[in-house]
Amino acid sequence: MPRFIDPHVHAVSRTTDDYQAMAAAGIVAIIEPAFWLGQPRTNVGSFQDYFSTLVGFERFRAGQFGIRHYCAIGLNAKEANNEALAEQVMELLPLYLAKEGVVAVGEIGYDDMTAAEEKYFHLQLELAKEVDLPVMVHTPHRNKKVGTSRSMDLCEEHGIAPSKVVIDHNNEETVQEVLDRGFWAAFTIYPHTKMGNERMVEIVKKYGPERIIVDSAADWGVSDPLAVPKTAQLMLQHGIPQEHVDAVCYHNALAAYSQSGQFNEEDWLNPPPIDQRLLYEGSSVLRGGQTPRVDQPGDPTIIR
Amino acid sequence: MVEQAAAQARQLLDTWLNSRLSSDVLSWLQQSMSSAASKSRHSFFLAFGMVPRKTGKGDLGLTAEELAAAEKARPGWNPAGWSIDQAARTRLVLAVPENNVNNYLETLDKLFNAGDMGELVALYQMLPLLPYPESHKLRAAEGVRSNIKAVFCAVAHGNPYPSEQLDEGAWNQMVLKCLFIGVPLAPVIGLDARANPRLMRMLCDYAHERWAAGRPVSPELWRCVGPFADKAALADLRHVLQEGNELERKAAALALTACPAPEAADILKGWPELAEQAARGEFTWDTIAQAANG
Repeated sequence: MPRFIDPHVHAVSRTTDDYQAMAAAGIVAIIEPAFWLGQPRTNVGSFQDYFSTLVGFERFRAGQFGIRHYCAIGLNAKEANNEALAEQVMELLPLYLAKEGVVAVGEIGYDDMTAAEEKYFHLQLELAKEVDLPVMVHTPHRNKKVGTSRSMDLCEEHGIAPSKVVIDHNNEETVQEVLDRGFWAAFTIYPHTKMGNERMVEIVKKYGPERIIVDSAADWGVSDPLAVPKTAQLMLQHGIPQEHVDAVCYHNALAAYSQSGQFNEEDWLNPPPIDQRLLYEGSSVLRGGQTPRVDQPGDPTIIR
Repeated sequence: MVEQAAAQARQLLDTWLNSRLSSDVLSWLQQSMSSAASKSRHSFFLAFGMVPRKTGKGDLGLTAEELAAAEKARPGWNPAGWSIDQAARTRLVLAVPENNVNNYLETLDKLFNAGDMGELVALYQMLPLLPYPESHKLRAAEGVRSNIKAVFCAVAHGNPYPSEQLDEGAWNQMVLKCLFIGVPLAPVIGLDARANPRLMRMLCDYAHERWAAGRPVSPELWRCVGPFADKAALADLRHVLQEGNELERKAAALALTACPAPEAADILKGWPELAEQAARGEFTWDTIAQAANG
């Protein structure tokens, strides 16, 4: 059974079918970075309940399918533009960054590259330094190349080691600089807008596996929670060695986010008894190397 | 009474933690406890979140003597399944100054409102040790509404708070929800003492729903039916004796044994062997719960 980590999924937007399929495909752990809801929040309580969901119910929900759930907590770039609200969110963040399973400050960065976005990017980088957590950087969809360079400038300005920063949503145009500057380069396999997985195959062929991470960023849009296992399969079919596939679909994410002290292989290979009691449903407990339990479909028209 | 129990709980937790944590972690905990009394509680809230990073999440693993001491300090308190971080979090919260009720409850609200799953479990488990017991009723009922099984069980199982404080409606919901989500009834404290006619009716209605859906009915359900069984419930119990599997029939026999109505004894006459075994204690609600829940 292959093992995968999807280090960027917005699981709150996904169904139980997705969780079942992810577990069946070998995804053992996911990271859910805090983001917006597809529409702007209007008050801070909305943020608090969302953060609580990430460290609470969603973590439990994933566990029911034998998947360990982690999250990144932060103020996303889009909503940083509502400064009155952003101020209140900043006050909330320290309360959540020390929670169990919070592996990074994120996803933070630029969207439109406004002054407000930059202000809260700065503040949150400082916060990441203070709580000694890795950073997950969302690079902008528009003006990506400039935004990506500028994001790395900011991290360097704050003296954050590139090895503690994952630059996400890369493409062919940004990868060289990100790797040259020593940052982790994550690629989001997301239909139509970000990366396709055939392009991903070419990137791993060209750059090798070092510091490259594959994720799905599956959310409420047309996206694919199986993007990581599908890309792994495609890479193998195209002759990329197994150990390179393992690096970009598992080990690199583990290495990057385990710097938080909150993301350990033992959590899913050999979870402590208390976690087995709290996080997993009796018979679906995932112990070391076991295949996750997924209900066998019988007659698909029957619902019991 | 409450103050005394809390003081003893503090002492016990200190003893247990002293023998299980390194001196570094203990001094961190000591420092965090004093931050509970400081004006800005920022570092206290952070410390509460950080506990598992400091203590690890191993089982507390209390001995029989230690568990007996817990029961003595606070009747009904059963920390048998606790982990070491849960014990440390409990000790931290027991360090929050209690002299001002509003400040105290505000601190507690903050902890609950920002709680992650592990924190919520610890917080609900410690309810029976906290001051102002009558002020946590709504909170406990909220825990009962949780969809996270571990959070629900932190209130419902091994916790004397619900039987002492929840009103009948909330109590009945909690008992029914145990069955609804498939967790055992036996670990609920005060189950027999708080049986009541409304609960009996809810449980029988639920059994009928399950039967209609072709789903199994937990044999433990009949435990809270027996003492208040009315005519319809007695008919249900007779039905279980006739149609049920061995475990279900044992449960029906126990329920009828606990029923004061003369008709109950009449029904049992039809199953003399089971009735005798029940009377002799050859099976009990605990053995039935064990068999039913594996």
